[in-house]
Amino acid sequence: MDQLVSLFEAAVVFGTVILFGSVGEILTEKSGNLNLGVPGIMYLGGIAGLAGAFWYESNFASPVPFIGLLISLVCSLAAAMLGGLIYSFLTITLRANQNVTGLTLTIFGGGVANFFGGALNNMAGGVGQISVAATSSAYRATLPFLSEVSLFSSLGFMVYLALILAVVTSIFLSRTHKGLNLRAVGENPATADAAGISVVKNKYLATCTGAAITGLGGLYYVMDYIKGTWAIDGGIERLGWLAVALVIFARWKPLHAIWGSYLFGILFWLWLYIPGLTRSSQEIFKVLPYVVTIVVLIIVSTRRKREHQPPASLGLPYFREER
Amino acid sequence: MSQHTKVPLMRIVKRESISFWRASLIRLIGLILALAASAIVIYAIVKLNPLNVYVAMFDGNFGTEKRTWVTLRDMVMLLCIGVGLAPAFKMRFWNIGAEGQILVGGIATAAVMIYLRTALPTWAMLLVSFAVSCAAGAVWGLLPAVFKARFGTNETLFTLMMNYVAIQLTSYCVALWENPFGSNTVGIINQQTKAGWFPSLFGQQYLLNVIIVLVLTVLMFIYLRYTKQGYEIAVVGESERTARYVGIHVKTVIIRTMMISGAICGLAGFIAVAGSSHTISTSTAGGSGFTAIIVAWLAKFNTFTMIAVAALLVFLEKGAIQIASQYNMNDFASKMVTGIILFFILGSEFFTNYRLVFRGVKEAH
Repeated sequence: MDQLVSLFEAAVVFGTVILFGSVGEILTEKSGNLNLGVPGIMYLGGIAGLAGAFWYESNFASPVPFIGLLISLVCSLAAAMLGGLIYSFLTITLRANQNVTGLTLTIFGGGVANFFGGALNNMAGGVGQISVAATSSAYRATLPFLSEVSLFSSLGFMVYLALILAVVTSIFLSRTHKGLNLRAVGENPATADAAGISVVKNKYLATCTGAAITGLGGLYYVMDYIKGTWAIDGGIERLGWLAVALVIFARWKPLHAIWGSYLFGILFWLWLYIPGLTRSSQEIFKVLPYVVTIVVLIIVSTRRKREHQPPASLGLPYFREER
Repeated sequence: MSQHTKVPLMRIVKRESISFWRASLIRLIGLILALAASAIVIYAIVKLNPLNVYVAMFDGNFGTEKRTWVTLRDMVMLLCIGVGLAPAFKMRFWNIGAEGQILVGGIATAAVMIYLRTALPTWAMLLVSFAVSCAAGAVWGLLPAVFKARFGTNETLFTLMMNYVAIQLTSYCVALWENPFGSNTVGIINQQTKAGWFPSLFGQQYLLNVIIVLVLTVLMFIYLRYTKQGYEIAVVGESERTARYVGIHVKTVIIRTMMISGAICGLAGFIAVAGSSHTISTSTAGGSGFTAIIVAWLAKFNTFTMIAVAALLVFLEKGAIQIASQYNMNDFASKMVTGIILFFILGSEFFTNYRLVFRGVKEAH
């Protein structure tokens, strides 16, 4: 039983990172933009939050955790939205190819984050490992009324923030007028345009807001998952691609992404709880989340149910003059 | 009649056609802006005179004969993957899975080097490695292609996930072949005997890599430009419906093309392991599978143009690494600079396809 609880906790922590990533990406993709820059945006959000917290904690003698939290949150959102803005400007205004631009954003984000992450590690001196203990503690503080319940005793507030964002995004997309407009842009931009909906504005807004949410995944990874440190091990990149995969798994529905993300977490950590694995057979077990994604991808494509399909104009550019 | 219609400050007009020189000029301007922007970034970080930055970058690439060869080696590596991706992308099949295809090719080569090291002479090992690495890459490319052809399964994500399956497979093999025990690396395979290594030609260790890839580049150019299969790829890429209408068997073309694409990427893994690093790890591909996508795209699938693009990117990477090591920073500076430059190049493509017309300016026709 204890094992099950700890597996589920690990799965929720893992799942929260990719839940942020995929909720942001769902919002972006609903506007017809397939942003493969998710890992890059998560990198940007993570490093900016860490740098902000580091600046605050090294310049003030007794840092207040809550202020560190606010500073890192603002830095993270700004950097992630900047990443989304670069992508939007290149693909929407300058009409560059979406896949190539997204991949470039991933290379750029990874470069920026690991470059400055390495620099911060050097600046931190000592063991060469940056640590923003105060700010990280604020992120990892548990909800007061839940700290006694075993399953929730170690979960920081961002776990619940991710759930709330997923629900809000779902309501926005399926129950509001603006969400309907956004979906129209993603399904058929020419029709939306003819109906007086601004395609450019909707795409920009959805992509930048989506990027902000995605960036929170990076922030959560840095502050909670690896406890306010930085590691150059490509961890964020892996999770970023899993977040892209989760969008497919959830069939573009934020509510499905919630349980999907926790399921991915369970699959990812399962090898720790299987007794008798050698080091090499562990590695085979770790392949599970990717294989499951592939299987789901295939099943979704064979069933061809209309409500399970991606937005009709996903990945396609829209130029009003070229109808 | 009063004029009340609002004329926008500027509007965008699609270019009917653009001369080669004009397009080159626009790309050159984009590149210069990109270099200027990255010089500013580098200056802001290291406070080094930007001109000296480029001198240092040149030094990092061609400072010594050894460095020149390493630059060449990395350039043909990137070129090889780009050449492999060219047919797939020309068919509008988004093969994001080059990383995985390289890795399985590398695993196959390493397996031959380890298990057959006493059984075969080096030339035979090289032939066997060549064959099995191509086969492994082809299988990795084949799987997504079959499902794409049969069910229309999204290939972007399928190939992406195959990367991670390959990475885990590599981790498994590394744990299996680990040497020395407990190091969690495979180490240099056959360090003493050099069995299964590329031989030095004319005293140059990497000359064979360069020759193989250049031959491949020429062959791929001919294949895409002058053969029936190359034409079929182009038609399927432009419009699947047209292809079906003129009687091209689209499914066969998709599967065949992806096998070729995967096989060449697997071959890149063979070159990386047998011809360059002589070891295998999860970072054997090192992100070049992704960078090569951008190489193939920017070169518009022309393999000769790819030589220039690959050279530019490797030059920047090596240069940035040189600056980073001079100033005691980490190598990721190169990825950052590459990203900035690619943003500019991608942006400048807009101006070769469209032009801006400003309010009040009479259009010359």
